Amino acid sequence: MEKVVKRRAWAVLGAVALVLAAVGPASPKVEGDTIILGAAVSLTGKYSTNGKNTQDGYELGVKRINEMGGVRVGGKYYRIKVLYYDDESTPARGAQLAERLINQDGVKFMLGPYSSGLTKAIAPVTEKYRIPMVEGNGADRALFTQGYKYMFAVLSTSDQYHRETMNLAAEQAQKQGKDPKTLKVAMAFENDPFSMDVRDGVLEDVQRLGMKIVIDDKLPPELNDMAATLTKVRAVKPDILVVSGHARGATLTVRQVSDMKVDVPMLAITHCDSAKVAETLGKAAEYALCASQWDRSLGYKDKWFGTAEEYAKRFEKEFRYDPPYQAAESTAALLVFLDAFERAGSFEIEKVREAIATTDLMTFYGPVKFDATGKNIAKPMVLYQVQDGKYKVVAPTKWAATKLIHPIPPWSKR
Amino acid sequence: MADNLSLLFNAPILSAQLLIDGILIGAIFALAAYGMALVWGVMDIINIAQGEFVMLGGYVTFFLAAAGVHPLYSVPIAAAALYLLGWVLYRTVVFRVVDKDMFISILATFGISIVLQQLANELFEADVRTAESGLGTLFFADGLIVVSQIKLVAFVCALVLGAALYLFLKTSRLGRAIRATAQNARAARIVGVNTDRVFATTFALNAAICGAAGSLVVMTWLVHPYLGLAYTLRAFVIVTVAGLGNMASVVFASLGLGAAENFAGFVLGTEYQAAFVFSLLVVILVWRNALLSRQRKYLK
Repeated sequence: MEKVVKRRAWAVLGAVALVLAAVGPASPKVEGDTIILGAAVSLTGKYSTNGKNTQDGYELGVKRINEMGGVRVGGKYYRIKVLYYDDESTPARGAQLAERLINQDGVKFMLGPYSSGLTKAIAPVTEKYRIPMVEGNGADRALFTQGYKYMFAVLSTSDQYHRETMNLAAEQAQKQGKDPKTLKVAMAFENDPFSMDVRDGVLEDVQRLGMKIVIDDKLPPELNDMAATLTKVRAVKPDILVVSGHARGATLTVRQVSDMKVDVPMLAITHCDSAKVAETLGKAAEYALCASQWDRSLGYKDKWFGTAEEYAKRFEKEFRYDPPYQAAESTAALLVFLDAFERAGSFEIEKVREAIATTDLMTFYGPVKFDATGKNIAKPMVLYQVQDGKYKVVAPTKWAATKLIHPIPPWSKR
Repeated sequence: MADNLSLLFNAPILSAQLLIDGILIGAIFALAAYGMALVWGVMDIINIAQGEFVMLGGYVTFFLAAAGVHPLYSVPIAAAALYLLGWVLYRTVVFRVVDKDMFISILATFGISIVLQQLANELFEADVRTAESGLGTLFFADGLIVVSQIKLVAFVCALVLGAALYLFLKTSRLGRAIRATAQNARAARIVGVNTDRVFATTFALNAAICGAAGSLVVMTWLVHPYLGLAYTLRAFVIVTVAGLGNMASVVFASLGLGAAENFAGFVLGTEYQAAFVFSLLVVILVWRNALLSRQRKYLK
């Protein structure tokens, strides 16, 4: 008897679920004059710091837009609101919450979570329900090979990390009256997905610019010593040394290049801000180039925030810390939605998706323009050069505030 | 690979550079390896936590350097701190497994190594740390060979420490007790040696040597919570090759390994450096086994 009741209860539940799924909230989530977006961000767990940066980035955007009167769609001004859930830094929870935002809360536009991992978990869900998502914190190239039609990313993918380095090297060679084709490149990359993706990018550039690879070493994940690779570098005297191996690779490179007095005209690494090379290694880190997504000193400008520096000041005032690029790219993701709403002139999902896909926008974070896979192809990476113990932006040349020091003076003259 | 070989062939001076670097690095390995041989010989324990002692020694130096102590002065402090830790570990865990099966002691020290690693990760964070010694670089052969002074200092430190240890074991009363225990613990007990104290001292002494090695490591390269395994494995390779109870052969094996590793890194690429070391271990074990079996045949 009990069993039958239970079964009946399940049947009813199932029917209700089916009806709900079929009907669903058909129109976008607009409450009065407020349009609601959804986001699952990591407020607890291992990504909680960067998760908070992401949320702060979104919130600053929301606050600024509402201050300015809101977004104008079809002759009417709408205010913006973002509905957040904490994904606890776990992909499975992120996917669940995306379902919840879409099915229960009726959200029709999603902002991305923090990290490639979480984005990978959420993108299939938004794709399934055909909900546009603009994200600013998933850089893995694998995200853009799935054929996703509703996911867009404002940040540069990992293969872009050293694109500016190579362009800069070619530029400098021409300035000195040398053919870029004569440049010799030494590479050392850790054998992990991120660095291998960075390496693929460098290989493409080397081919495009016709340079020559003289060293192509892979570094083990348990890397503790780079003396062997650097001895080779001293011997073959390349024009550029490019290294990517997270914080460990950055620290070892800077320390051992200085210890072994390896003279190379251009030294480029990644992760030097997170490894704090300028702070901990002092003079040894001078002149090293480091790839980064964004910096407040850049010359980018938009109608919402003004310059990058103005954005940074506003952010500091609101949240009492220096905005990391994770926050800036999150704000930029929101700006893409605003621009798309305005151009679409409606909140209809397909129209908005179309508008996002044809975005050609300048923001304080940099230009945004998506290719068919949804990645931003307009924004270059930023290159820092460590000068006088500070990270100074030297490329892309058009936006840089500081001049590159090239070639790096030999150790005997430092 | 062929490119790298021809490079070596065309510029023989590179070989000198690799050899010097390798030997200097090898001296640091020698410290960890000698500690391992000591514990293994005296207590019949293979200490898997060897590398974690090195790692912790590195952190002692890093934090002292951050507090304004010159890293070089922190070498003895790191050794003293690790001596204390080694002693505590012996009194709490290791004394329970001294006379047991070797498998049990391996499990116990493996456990210690995991706990230390995770604790370091929890307390010091996963960031990569380094301490600046502020020493320069020496040039030889028209600047073709460079030797960073910190490596040289590490080499000298390692030699001095090794020599001090050797003298301690040869001449002091406790040293003699340690050697007696290593030869036959039961007999030592009968003639009045307090073997429990000898074990505690030996284990603590080993931790201290590793601590000093770690201090040199953080000045030469860097330190992070997961640094340990590489040093445990190298120490194991060296001790297996050199055998127990012979300091000179441990030192030679260490220097040889350092050099071999450096050449392998150059010719095969840094990626295969570690793989080369372990292949070398396999080859040496097989070779020694073959030699031994031939001897057995001869005895028959």
